[in-house]
Amino acid sequence: MRTVRICREDELEDQGKTVVEIDGLQIGVFRLGDDFYAYKNLCPHQGGPVCQGRIYQKVVEKLDPDMKSRGRDFDADGVHIVCPWHGLEFDIRTGKFAGASDVDIMSLEGYATQVQDGDVYAIVE
Amino acid sequence: MDANIVPSKAMPVQEMDVYTDTRDYLAPARRDAREMGFADWFICDIDAHHLETVHWHEVIEHIEDPVVRHQAMMYQKERFGAPPYGLNGDLGLRYQDVGGRIPHQSGQREKVEETDVHRDVTLTRRAMQALCVDKMVVFPTPMLFLGMHPQADMEVLLTRAYNKWLTERVLPGDEGMASLVLLPFNSPEEACRTVEEFADKPGVIGFTVTSTRYKPVHANEYMRLYSMIEETGKPIAFHAGYHWQDPSLATCNSFLGMHALGFAWCNIVHMTNWVLNGIPERFPKLKSVWIESGLSWIPFVMQRLDDQYLMRMSEAPLLKQMPSDYMRQNCWYTCQPMEKSSEVGLKATFEMINAKTQLLYASDWPHFDFDAPRVIAEIPWIDEESKRNILGMNAANCFGLEPKLRWK
Repeated sequence: MRTVRICREDELEDQGKTVVEIDGLQIGVFRLGDDFYAYKNLCPHQGGPVCQGRIYQKVVEKLDPDMKSRGRDFDADGVHIVCPWHGLEFDIRTGKFAGASDVDIMSLEGYATQVQDGDVYAIVE
Repeated sequence: MDANIVPSKAMPVQEMDVYTDTRDYLAPARRDAREMGFADWFICDIDAHHLETVHWHEVIEHIEDPVVRHQAMMYQKERFGAPPYGLNGDLGLRYQDVGGRIPHQSGQREKVEETDVHRDVTLTRRAMQALCVDKMVVFPTPMLFLGMHPQADMEVLLTRAYNKWLTERVLPGDEGMASLVLLPFNSPEEACRTVEEFADKPGVIGFTVTSTRYKPVHANEYMRLYSMIEETGKPIAFHAGYHWQDPSLATCNSFLGMHALGFAWCNIVHMTNWVLNGIPERFPKLKSVWIESGLSWIPFVMQRLDDQYLMRMSEAPLLKQMPSDYMRQNCWYTCQPMEKSSEVGLKATFEMINAKTQLLYASDWPHFDFDAPRVIAEIPWIDEESKRNILGMNAANCFGLEPKLRWK
């Protein structure tokens, strides 16, 4: 187990990210509010550089009480990292594929994070 | 806190965008290629793309008709913010990058400093290097919709201009690049002229019908074309596309639904007409390649046609075998996009199409649903010979290519 220093806490803004490398291992670290999340930069779909993708808010469809569609909108509570190879979206808070929410399709490989004395760390096996 | 803290280094590319170098974009594929030893494998990519409209001002210089050429050049020179001259395109092209989520689909505006070859040669080389591809066939992108152009003459002029531009300006830049030149299929005599003029051009390994069109492939007016192509020994390919204005596809409100069906539908129709009208019996040496419809449509069509043929054989009197036999023996298929959510389904498909000899690797790079060679190499239930066949040797056999290793 290794403790990898990623960056200073204030170097990452809310909904920001950084992608780092340590001995060939690439790690993406994301900040949502005061929380930090770290994932291996490897998409479980086809091996794409998922953490080097863009961050998007979750898209939801609005239905009225009669189940009629009233269009789509962004959901600020759902924040996704999108693999730039094929567009697969993963929930940054859980690392899980963000679609088909009732079933477990695939997940990013995650690492624990720590913040100490203003520095962000990832704990890597 | 662990006392043994190790530092990390920020990656030079923090976020992929339309300016990202292809080699950075595909770095994970390059890593896979090294780990899997692809340099020792002949890998042929039957379907990659370039964006011909970036160089449309060059393409239109090759329009034969002097009046149309002049009009095109004036349009390209003076109209501001207009789409490329003469192209019909399709509404769906606006949605392919999923709102910016897949930047390489939007454009490749990366820096190219090489000046000894055409920019598209450099971009193709970068993709070939990253994917460890030895031979890469390049197709245009918006021109895939030309079969729906209201002016049949414009299909003729633009496909001829593109074929000339590609074979004179681009392909000579790298012997690893190849083309299945476009046929102006709505004008059969002009399609024949294309075969006559381009069959022996360096880098031309076959001919393409862009599948999005409402022409019956079994019409008598195409028999001379098929005979000529059979004579060349080079395959005819049907490159799929979509047409959102098709009345049934127009009911789909998402690109997802329209694209999923559209790219299969056009080839489902053409294959049905191709087989039931006995084209493989009339031209037994004519090889047909079915491109970019994925694979899952093939078992469906095989079973559907076999089932109906048994009850209505008088409507397909040229057949001496079951429809699925022709589809398995006379036809080749590109794998992309390889639908693989069901291993059971994919296994059955491989068996039904005799993938070991009939399946061809295709990346479709740089489009949103591209497949790297690992999609074949990592399949656990086929042997290495099958993998090598699918990734390159089947193409070498089908197209008569020398399996030359470029990256060894």
